[in-house]
Amino acid sequence: MYQYDQYDQSIVDARVEEFRDQVKRRLDGHMTEDQFKPLRLMNGLYLQLHAYMLRVAVPYGTLSSRQMRMLGHVARKYDRGYGHFTTRQNLQFNWIKLEDAPDILAELATVEMHAIQTSGNCIRNISSDQFAGAAADEVTDPRPWAELLRQWSTFHPEFTYLPRKFKIAVIAAPEDRAAMRLHDIGIELLKKDGVLGAKIFVGGGMGRTPMIAHEIRDFVTADELLSYLEACLRVYNRYGRRDNIYKARIKILLHELGPDEYRRQVEEEFTHVKTLGIDPPVAELERISAFFAPPEFETGLSEDVDRSDPDFAVWLDQNVKAHKQPGYAIVNISLKPVGGIPGDASADQIDVMAELGERYSFDELRVTHAQNIVLPHVRKADLYAVWQKLTDTGLAEANLDLISDIIACPGLDYCSLANARSIPLAQKIAERFRDLDRQRDLGELKLKISGCINACGHHHAGHIGILGVDKKGKENYQLSLGGSGAEDVSLAKITGPGFDEDGVVDAIERVTDRFVQVREPGERFLDTYRRVGFETFKEAIYG
Amino acid sequence: MDNLLRFRDDEAHDEPAITLDSFLDGQTNAGAVRLEAGDDARALLPSLGQLALVEVSFPTFRDGRGFSAARILREAGYQGELRAAGDVLVDQIPHMRRCGFDSFAPQAPVDAETLKRSLDRYPTPYQRAADPAVPVWKLRHG
Amino acid sequence: MKLLTGNDLVTGDVTWWTGEGWSRHVEDACDVGDRGEGLAKAEEGARRVNVPYVIDAVETPEGPRPAHIKDRIRALGPTVRPDLTLKPADPEAGSWVI
Repeated sequence: MYQYDQYDQSIVDARVEEFRDQVKRRLDGHMTEDQFKPLRLMNGLYLQLHAYMLRVAVPYGTLSSRQMRMLGHVARKYDRGYGHFTTRQNLQFNWIKLEDAPDILAELATVEMHAIQTSGNCIRNISSDQFAGAAADEVTDPRPWAELLRQWSTFHPEFTYLPRKFKIAVIAAPEDRAAMRLHDIGIELLKKDGVLGAKIFVGGGMGRTPMIAHEIRDFVTADELLSYLEACLRVYNRYGRRDNIYKARIKILLHELGPDEYRRQVEEEFTHVKTLGIDPPVAELERISAFFAPPEFETGLSEDVDRSDPDFAVWLDQNVKAHKQPGYAIVNISLKPVGGIPGDASADQIDVMAELGERYSFDELRVTHAQNIVLPHVRKADLYAVWQKLTDTGLAEANLDLISDIIACPGLDYCSLANARSIPLAQKIAERFRDLDRQRDLGELKLKISGCINACGHHHAGHIGILGVDKKGKENYQLSLGGSGAEDVSLAKITGPGFDEDGVVDAIERVTDRFVQVREPGERFLDTYRRVGFETFKEAIYG
Repeated sequence: MDNLLRFRDDEAHDEPAITLDSFLDGQTNAGAVRLEAGDDARALLPSLGQLALVEVSFPTFRDGRGFSAARILREAGYQGELRAAGDVLVDQIPHMRRCGFDSFAPQAPVDAETLKRSLDRYPTPYQRAADPAVPVWKLRHG
Repeated sequence: MKLLTGNDLVTGDVTWWTGEGWSRHVEDACDVGDRGEGLAKAEEGARRVNVPYVIDAVETPEGPRPAHIKDRIRALGPTVRPDLTLKPADPEAGSWVI
């Protein structure tokens, strides 16, 4: 994976000192909260319900064991012994003191980590495919491109006060594991006539007005990519709406201009921008790519795995995915134990995952947008040992992509924007469907919960989505069906009137019962939904 | 203009800046123009040679349109004074310098020590912009 | 009744105006009547609190109870982590929120 050189390190170190200076000025009274807020947000520091929250960037979801251990260390020393992995492949600490934040950043900088641009109206952490470098279906490893974009977008002088936040995802496989089409800019790497380049989608997003990104350009080569993106961003920075925060995302600009007019404006700007010499030479992408060369895989390894332990066999079938290298597998560690908090991991669990990454996965771990952890390169011969260690640590839940593998935002238990709690509802649903045989019979079923309209829990992209709202001071939950964040992207449709917490759990069960009645062999819930239609399920819910 | 900060050696241009509309409506001999945040900086491109001062308005520090306006003018070769005026905060000035601003009229005074620390802080930027700073990739590859 | 609440500038802790100063415990909060806005301005200016605001609450035998669930969760802590609330020894504390 990528390693900082002196330049990268000096930039991150300077950022620590800058933030130390900013915090001091705030504490000394030289800045009001109104002035300080955008500065702290651009370093991922929020004021939430109970304390400050620090969001640490995990660029494109990749981290080393050393970095993972540092997260555990910060959790222990500065927080309350745990962290929360997010849908942008980042990690949040919930109980941070403002006075400690500069020291935390200084500690993170020692392992090449930071909180730069994890919030604010700027280009956020670049997200990517958690199976990058391991997936059999990828055209190339997307992470060198994501790192190129990370560097370009870091402290970009023109695009730090955009109309609204800006999220970019990069994938390089036909299977979309990063919800690419639901980003402000989605980039799909592909080959055209033997040349690697990028297909650009613009204007996707969730929030209160969910939209699927439009294809704006079918191909940009590496040597012009940054110019093209600058053109995309410049048109947005100049013409994106600033009169209404709810209409300020680029998706609204695309909607109002129409994709053809937006494309025309971008092309015009691109013609100009590409003459300015802002694109690094291809040698820079090559330099970065060298860090992502495949690890030294052993050859001639056995493909056999002893399945005699039935619990292990279930985990193997559910959580372990095919690797491109013979003899290896991709291990998914579920952070969704029944009764747990989706995405949370204790400092001890973080340490164990770090140790497993170091020992069994070439010192690499990944964070997924579904709030799980991946060990990308595990020898099949080591799978049983890994599973045993995970079992001892409470991390062996065999529910990947099943109904209890729920994406949930922190909701009203932590978040100052939330209208309803997400976590207790996720726990009730997982409890209702706790029988793993039943879950596996239902098959892939992506359930996603957001505690407010901002949709951090990706409910629009849920096969089953739930949105928490405030109904006259009471928590209320709207159910929606048929969304997908994958390559078959679609937006979920609201079923009808909302429910209280228990009511929505019952409604979900009516949906899954109907699914079991009407499905055809081999169909996932989403397939059946698309075949039989919305009304069948609506009728099941409301009678 | 008590708070005026300039990073130029020439004398400050004291002609009052006129609006873009007035400029385009015929006051074409003016040497100073003020761009509001929503104005199209490209409308000035045919007349850059006669301009000694372009003032770009920041109605709130959150409104970042002026960052693009500055770059557009510099990319087109504008050499005159480029002034950021309005709700300009000390922590924004390094970015504004990179976008081509060389003069600042913040509505609240800026602490000189803090500004100096900010401007000196980052040794090398990651990306090319409208200032002479050499981006990291150029240092890496020559 | 009206309460004045905010977060401590340095630690981020939830705090409540007691009439003399700030407490982490909502039980200590006093009715600020119509003086909330003025107090908020003065206390924020003195950096003894961050982003203060006035909320509605009702008086109960156990002390003031914020009218809105968000402020009840602020007063207690996350309902999904009783061990991290202000009442870790009381397993029923979460029911106060609902």
